[in-house]
Amino acid sequence: MTRLDVKKTYKLYIGGEFPRSESGRSYVVNDAKGRFMANAAQASRKDARDAVKAARAAFAGWSGKTAYNRGQVLYRIAEVLEGRRDQFEAELRASEGVTAARARTYVDAAVDRLVWYAGWADKIAQVTGNANPVAGPYFNHSAPEPTGVVAVVAPKGPLLGLVSVVAPVIVTGNTCVVIASEPHPLTAITLGEVMATSDLPGGVVNVLTGSVAEIAPWLASHLDVNGLDLTGVTDPALATDLEIAAADNLKRVRRPGVEELLDPPPLDRMTRFLETKTVWHPLGI
Amino acid sequence: MKFEYAPAPESRAIVDIKPSYGLFVNGEFVDGHGKSFKTISPSTEEVLAEIAEADEADVDAAVKAARRAYARVWSKMSGAERGKYLFRIARIIQERSREFAVLESIDNGKPIKESRDVDVPLVAAHFFYYAGWADKLSYAGLGSDPQPLGVAGQVIPWNFPLLMLAWKIAPALACGNTVVLKPAETTPLTALLFAEVCQQADLPPGVVNIVTGAGETGRALVSHPDVDKVAFTGSTEVGRAIAKAVAGTEKKVTLELGGKAANIVFDDAPVDQAVEGIVNGIFFNQGHVCCAGSRLLVQESVAEEVLDRLKRRMKTLRVGDPLDKNTDIGAINSGEQLAKIRALSEIAESEGAERWSPPCELPSNGFWFAPTIFTGVSQAHRIAREEVFGPVLSVLTFRTPKEAVEKANNTPFGLSAGVWTDKGSRILWMASQLRAGVVWSNTFNRFDPASPFGGYKESGYGREGGRHGLEGYVR
Amino acid sequence: MTTLSSTASSLAEATSSDSALRRFLHGLPGVDQVGAEQRVATLGTRSIKTTAKQQAIDLAIRMVDLTTLEGNDTPGKVRTLAAKAQRPDPTDPTCPATAAVCVYPDMVGIAKQALGSSGVKVAAVATAFPSGRAAMDVKLADTRDAVEAGADEIDMVIDRGAFLSGRYLEVFEEIVAVREACGSAHLKVIFETGELQTYDNVRRASWLAMLAGAHFIKTSTGKVQPAATLPVTLVMLEAVRDFREATGQMIGVKPAGGIRTSKDAIKYLVMVNEVAGEDWLDPDWFRFGASTLLNDLLMQRNKMKTGHYWGPDYVTLD
Repeated sequence: MTRLDVKKTYKLYIGGEFPRSESGRSYVVNDAKGRFMANAAQASRKDARDAVKAARAAFAGWSGKTAYNRGQVLYRIAEVLEGRRDQFEAELRASEGVTAARARTYVDAAVDRLVWYAGWADKIAQVTGNANPVAGPYFNHSAPEPTGVVAVVAPKGPLLGLVSVVAPVIVTGNTCVVIASEPHPLTAITLGEVMATSDLPGGVVNVLTGSVAEIAPWLASHLDVNGLDLTGVTDPALATDLEIAAADNLKRVRRPGVEELLDPPPLDRMTRFLETKTVWHPLGI
Repeated sequence: MKFEYAPAPESRAIVDIKPSYGLFVNGEFVDGHGKSFKTISPSTEEVLAEIAEADEADVDAAVKAARRAYARVWSKMSGAERGKYLFRIARIIQERSREFAVLESIDNGKPIKESRDVDVPLVAAHFFYYAGWADKLSYAGLGSDPQPLGVAGQVIPWNFPLLMLAWKIAPALACGNTVVLKPAETTPLTALLFAEVCQQADLPPGVVNIVTGAGETGRALVSHPDVDKVAFTGSTEVGRAIAKAVAGTEKKVTLELGGKAANIVFDDAPVDQAVEGIVNGIFFNQGHVCCAGSRLLVQESVAEEVLDRLKRRMKTLRVGDPLDKNTDIGAINSGEQLAKIRALSEIAESEGAERWSPPCELPSNGFWFAPTIFTGVSQAHRIAREEVFGPVLSVLTFRTPKEAVEKANNTPFGLSAGVWTDKGSRILWMASQLRAGVVWSNTFNRFDPASPFGGYKESGYGREGGRHGLEGYVR
Repeated sequence: MTTLSSTASSLAEATSSDSALRRFLHGLPGVDQVGAEQRVATLGTRSIKTTAKQQAIDLAIRMVDLTTLEGNDTPGKVRTLAAKAQRPDPTDPTCPATAAVCVYPDMVGIAKQALGSSGVKVAAVATAFPSGRAAMDVKLADTRDAVEAGADEIDMVIDRGAFLSGRYLEVFEEIVAVREACGSAHLKVIFETGELQTYDNVRRASWLAMLAGAHFIKTSTGKVQPAATLPVTLVMLEAVRDFREATGQMIGVKPAGGIRTSKDAIKYLVMVNEVAGEDWLDPDWFRFGASTLLNDLLMQRNKMKTGHYWGPDYVTLD
């Protein structure tokens, strides 16, 4: 007699915890062959609000850590992900219907991408910062600082897609609320489990599953959100609406448009959500 | 002994203001099709000239000229050659610097001391700085082969008319873009004189186009479908509207918007320089400065002393004729702005803040507002939250560095901040905590072409100046 | 920041011990070099024309301590100087006299005799000028000698060595002793700011001297470069302004050395006007220690009067 599986309840990942949607709703997620896989939590605007609150609460601590420390945490995520690669390969094959080789490629790429960004933590300021030779007796330098709370709409590609949009946002010290790919939300929550066990402080990454069209507008118009990454928005009309809503508090917006995920990522995934701060001080005795 | 400074007026003879001006399109001055408007001198209300208003068709013609110049000439030219044009422009501005300074003071109302010693030298320096970048873009850390965006639509404010033009045009041209620029409605004259500089420099026609007009002209420009880049400096309200207008397009946008900067004075500050910094922070350019230090946050233990010193210093400020070389504070730029400053000041009084101005005689013609401070202001007062854009300072107090940071950051704006203390570690800590794009420590309102400028939060996005200033003009 | 809030009694306490004095002087607000120099540069752009310029030039002449402090000074040289001080422009009786002549103590008698009752004062540098490196009793004897010879004003130098090594009370007590030796003569205290180097030191020296009873504080001997500068004088003007605010007592300021042109002098006067205030625009409260400045003031004065430029052949060389 075969043993009956113990199935996992897929919930949201907010503030380091895994709550159900406050709305009590869920939606059916099927596998690539159309068979029932699980019920995913269907996040509401209130879940989005809670996620922003958690992200804001985590911002001071996360951005205040040393860059070296943030790099180590990202590297830790890569390590833990590597250790659970079998689970992710299996999930990718089931949910997306990709071959074993393809699934392995995606997991490899996701781990490597985390490692790549981990290395950026203490270099981005050196690459984007400057000593400015002003025409006067002043010490003057510019350095990047995180923008704050960034809302992200993840593209499809439940693992690599999510890693590719979240890692560049958080490595520089931002915190984020990410809406997972609507049709493939499960891997995102499993990735949340990886993050929750990788010394990543609760609230730095918050994962919502559900309808992009329903949740994204609340994030786009939220006045305590500073940036908006529309990478995963496929409907141009929705993207435009979200950009318009984001203008209310001048959010930094990264417009839709997905680069080939396996290609080396562009630097502006990080720089889009960085502020340049320039500090002056007189030089004198 | 009473030492009265005799009037020391700068001569107007150096400028030649024409009775009317057209638009500058494709290297020539052409008539506009909108109804024309008048530009006046805010210090006397004298009508200076009739200015053409560009309607949608005029804007379209300008964008077409810019597109043509981009495709045929400017994008094909080597960076070194582009740079040489910019160097030429820098030099011509230096050669004609007094003319520009006098014209700016007449049209804008700012003291000649500032247009002569701050605005115009910085304009030349800006062109000089970006000229040198034109053939070095591949070293700028923006990719190995950065490409221009195309046609830039640029809209600038009236507070630093020529300087804002330089901030916009110099990096755009250095990166290989062509531009259509709209100067502010109340201060078009130096931009039109700049058009003459382009002619003297033999800049290819269409590389720089200048369309004059008000809000409608600006709207037509930023929403023109063939504009690839929008650069705007002005109010947060208009910035928001622009961000909405370009949503869903491919246009790249940089916005440099309002501010409500805190100027934070600790009990160990170099007090005499701090007082100078407070004065310079809020009364420079009549307070028509987006990064003005409009909220003085002073440590409670020294608040009274700092205020006494500030008031004593304010009594020596000389308000009056912008062309007098001894004038410290000139005219408010327009009747509309004056009304806004008055309204916010009245609200401050009605909300219980205490108003103080030094005794000073204001001219009877023109738009004037005495340098003013409000004490007893709390964060809840409108005068402490809204940008006044005038010579009006709100004074608040704090007890600890943490409280200073909280209050300083407690605003939707994030353009600039000032910190005054003799303790090095505190300066660096404060600078790291303040959510603002520019932090002046033990100084205020310093600008340099090599130094990036721009805001956090609702003060806009993108940087102008320095290597960072190139980022908004390449892909 | 202790200056304005200090009451007279707490100021007395400040000089009660070496450590108290040190605490007080180091508690004074710092001076940011760049900010101070910028303030000076901005004030330097004031444009003083026509009637204001005439007024300023005459005032500047009245503020000159016409100085000769050379090893080769002779009675003849001093008499010439005294004549020039009384009638700087012999062709124009409306031209005012200078405030004083400034000489070494051995020339005081000659100067006093030459100036008679003209109202032009005799100032003598004393206390082993310019280095100040002599025993205390020698410095006091030097002072008494000048006073006995009729000096109206004594320009003493502080012990910069003691100051820079932090022995503030020693400097303080020396000033107190010299002031006592001055009797009714006015005491100007020279800091030699070129040796003090920082503006923080200039501010501390100013307060130290004012607390010790100086009537005037003076920048330099003229023997060390840089001598008087506008920013140093700015810091000193701020000090006397703040001292009056705290004690009600007015102290004079004298920049000396390196001020050669009318343009420079007018910049100083603008600074006095806008930093300390118009009360200091008086020879009783502001002086220029200078020698060649006077002739430039005279040439400018005549240019204003006649409308054309003058040449050095038309003013007297003394």
